[in-house]
Amino acid sequence: MATRQRSNELTRDAQQAPEMPAAPSSPNSPSIGLLGWFRWTWRQLTSMRTALLLLLLLAAAAIPGSVYPQRSADPNGVTQFFQNQPVLAPWLDKAQLFDVYSSTWFSAIYILLFISLIGCVVPRTFVHAKALLAKPVPTPANLTRMPAHKETVLSDKKSAKLDTGKTDLLHRGFERLKRQGYRVERQGDSISAERGFLRETGNLVFHIALIGVLVAVGVGGGYSFSGQRVLVIGDTFVNNLASYDSFSPGPFFNQDELTPFRMTLTDFQSDFDIHNQTNLNTPLDFRAYVTSQIGATGAPKKSVIRVNYPLEMPNASVYLTGNGYAPILTFKDASGKVSFSGPVIYLPQDDKYTSLGVVKLPDAKPKQFGVLSFFYPAAGKLPSGALTSVSPLAVNPMVTMSVYEGNLGLDSGAPQNVFTLNVHMLTQVAGGKAKTKGVELKLGQTATLPDGLGTVSFDRFSRFASLDISYNPAQGWVLFFALLALAGLITSLLVPRRRVWIRRTATGFEVAALARGDDPLLEKVVEDLSAFLGSKKSAKAEAKAAKPAKAKPDVKKKDKK
Amino acid sequence: MTGVVLNEDLSRTSLIFIYAAMAIYTFAFITFVWHLSRLSSEKKKVRKSADVLEKAGLWMLAIAAATHGTGVVMRGIAASRVPWANMYEFSISGSFIIVAIFLGALVVRDIRVIATFVSGFALLVLGAATTLFYVQVKTLMPALQSYWLVIHVTVAVLATSFFFIAAALSIAYLLAQAKWVNNGKGEITKLIRRVLSVFPKPKKMERLSYRFNVIGMILWTFTLIAGAIWAQKAWHRFWGWDTKEVWTFIIWTIYAGYAHARATRGWDGARAAWLSVVGFVAVMFNFTIVNLFFKGLHVYSGLK
Repeated sequence: MATRQRSNELTRDAQQAPEMPAAPSSPNSPSIGLLGWFRWTWRQLTSMRTALLLLLLLAAAAIPGSVYPQRSADPNGVTQFFQNQPVLAPWLDKAQLFDVYSSTWFSAIYILLFISLIGCVVPRTFVHAKALLAKPVPTPANLTRMPAHKETVLSDKKSAKLDTGKTDLLHRGFERLKRQGYRVERQGDSISAERGFLRETGNLVFHIALIGVLVAVGVGGGYSFSGQRVLVIGDTFVNNLASYDSFSPGPFFNQDELTPFRMTLTDFQSDFDIHNQTNLNTPLDFRAYVTSQIGATGAPKKSVIRVNYPLEMPNASVYLTGNGYAPILTFKDASGKVSFSGPVIYLPQDDKYTSLGVVKLPDAKPKQFGVLSFFYPAAGKLPSGALTSVSPLAVNPMVTMSVYEGNLGLDSGAPQNVFTLNVHMLTQVAGGKAKTKGVELKLGQTATLPDGLGTVSFDRFSRFASLDISYNPAQGWVLFFALLALAGLITSLLVPRRRVWIRRTATGFEVAALARGDDPLLEKVVEDLSAFLGSKKSAKAEAKAAKPAKAKPDVKKKDKK
Repeated sequence: MTGVVLNEDLSRTSLIFIYAAMAIYTFAFITFVWHLSRLSSEKKKVRKSADVLEKAGLWMLAIAAATHGTGVVMRGIAASRVPWANMYEFSISGSFIIVAIFLGALVVRDIRVIATFVSGFALLVLGAATTLFYVQVKTLMPALQSYWLVIHVTVAVLATSFFFIAAALSIAYLLAQAKWVNNGKGEITKLIRRVLSVFPKPKKMERLSYRFNVIGMILWTFTLIAGAIWAQKAWHRFWGWDTKEVWTFIIWTIYAGYAHARATRGWDGARAAWLSVVGFVAVMFNFTIVNLFFKGLHVYSGLK
């Protein structure tokens, strides 16, 4: 982001010009050899023009990732896109448009950009190191050519007054510039000064820190992990691979990274606005109360996990990412034997928590069946007669079910999504177009299922919390380098780098300044310095400073005035 | 967050202030346009008398900003939180900051040349806010309940304001140095030349634009980092290529390109100025189109 020095660019271009290789198609041109080509390519790559084009290319290349759903951020969106655009989607996929930020073409651009950056920064670091040790440049012969210049012509008398003994004009200029942080050198009848090396330092730090960010992001991504787990109140999570509902590790993740800890969801509470008319049912707060224990012997600790306030565990942060109702259902077969009993997770479908749940009973007698079910925390009827939830608060909980018979496909051992029921291969026996109406249960009610499938009862309901447990070991480094880059950027953009010269002439003196990069104060610096050097007061003040004993009474006199 | 009392009456009063501010912005805008039309006159006398109009316009702009600011503060009090939790609020707060920074910058630098642009832009944003983005006062969704809302969004608004002023100056610069303006013999080009002759030289406007962009870039970098820290807390990762993150990145890269362009022979001047304009267009695109039509985690327009 920061400006690389213009002068670098100029010299780089100048060096480049004579070495331009001949077009390979031209047979008459002398060959520059492999090394020559390499050198030429390297120069091109590390030139600022290339860096600029790569930056713009990178910006343009990032756009499609915001237009098309990305597998990394929105996998469901990608699936949907494939369903909606079956012809187009495979072509886009071939062009890696669903994985833009890990695609070959996007990676190629940023890798080239960083190579260009390194190629530019390394030699500049050496040049800068030399400059830090170097003395100010010799004062140019013609100061009038500088962008800021002022010549002060003095009468002989005045001129003599400004040059008294040790504290001559140049000496005062020297001291003042030194106080202002310039590197100063007296060169006969002139003074050469330079300041603002921090500008280039900041610029280099910024670019190097960007490399740091990239490396930290890469390494962190390799060793990071992110896993999900749904806990119903009372459930305990133990931090090992088997306990996760889903788990996505980085390529270098090692199971040993998981620090042993356990965590029990003891309660879950949510607040919704029930006072402000314009804001009714808006969620105000979600709180997951957990008791956690590190290792086998650690002391149990109570904490609350809220959105924005994760629980920090060793090598893991636990985030609250979702919540909902978990009705407790009991299924019994015709003989009264329990085939399923326990909480079922119902995923909220709208902001009033109309929720969808699935129960699969592969071991039910006489045949296996599945249930597609809705939960309404506050059941109400739409004008059409359809059920809906009118509030997220469980004021009138109700469960409805459609029942499907047939092979659930669980016996094959292939993994299945527990939250979906593939009804295409099944026969609906209750609800929908089936002869029997769908099951409707209020809290505590029991219903008989058709076709001799037994009974189902809605005993109680609990709450569940979806938790995300993730860790990126390098995130601290990413932040460190990002802040370092920011600091470098601020320095490189705001610290002015300039050279200032003073020359004593026969008729007075000249002040001139030259800035590298933008310098809003350049002219003012010259004005101020000229005014300082030309005023008698400054000469006196300097004399006073040289003889502190005499200075005191002078100050008093001034006060009286 | 329980027991928040939303003050719907105060929120309505706030809206009245916003409408009033729009009315005054309209007057200011008309005055500035009138000023420019006077400046374009061939008669020296008419041009000299134009200063009064500019002064009047700036006063109107200040009054409009004060009214506007009152409306923004009222909205915040009505919601008992910062007034930038949805697109309507972000629009009214953001446009207020833009005008405030413009007025503040006037004290230090002569950037009157873009006064017409600023008043017109504020009017446009408020118009869109009240007609397209308006939502009743609401509480914060849990994901937005964080002090990062204050830091991340304030800095984003500030960055946007600086980018806006820089882009406006870049447009003025592009106009002032364009060949068709300087060499054209038509009445319109002459007219533009007469108007521009009152304002700073093209090079000066370009430098001013750069300085505003520099502040904007620093603030934008900060808001990007602050956003990543917040994302780490709220979405369990600091960067996930969410649409809004993508556009924040794109904008950052465009301005990085701008900074490099300014120091590259053949790219400084007009091309860099175009990048400054493109950068701001991207900022606006990010705020409007991305917010409303792109799928992502930053869904806080409050519109359904």
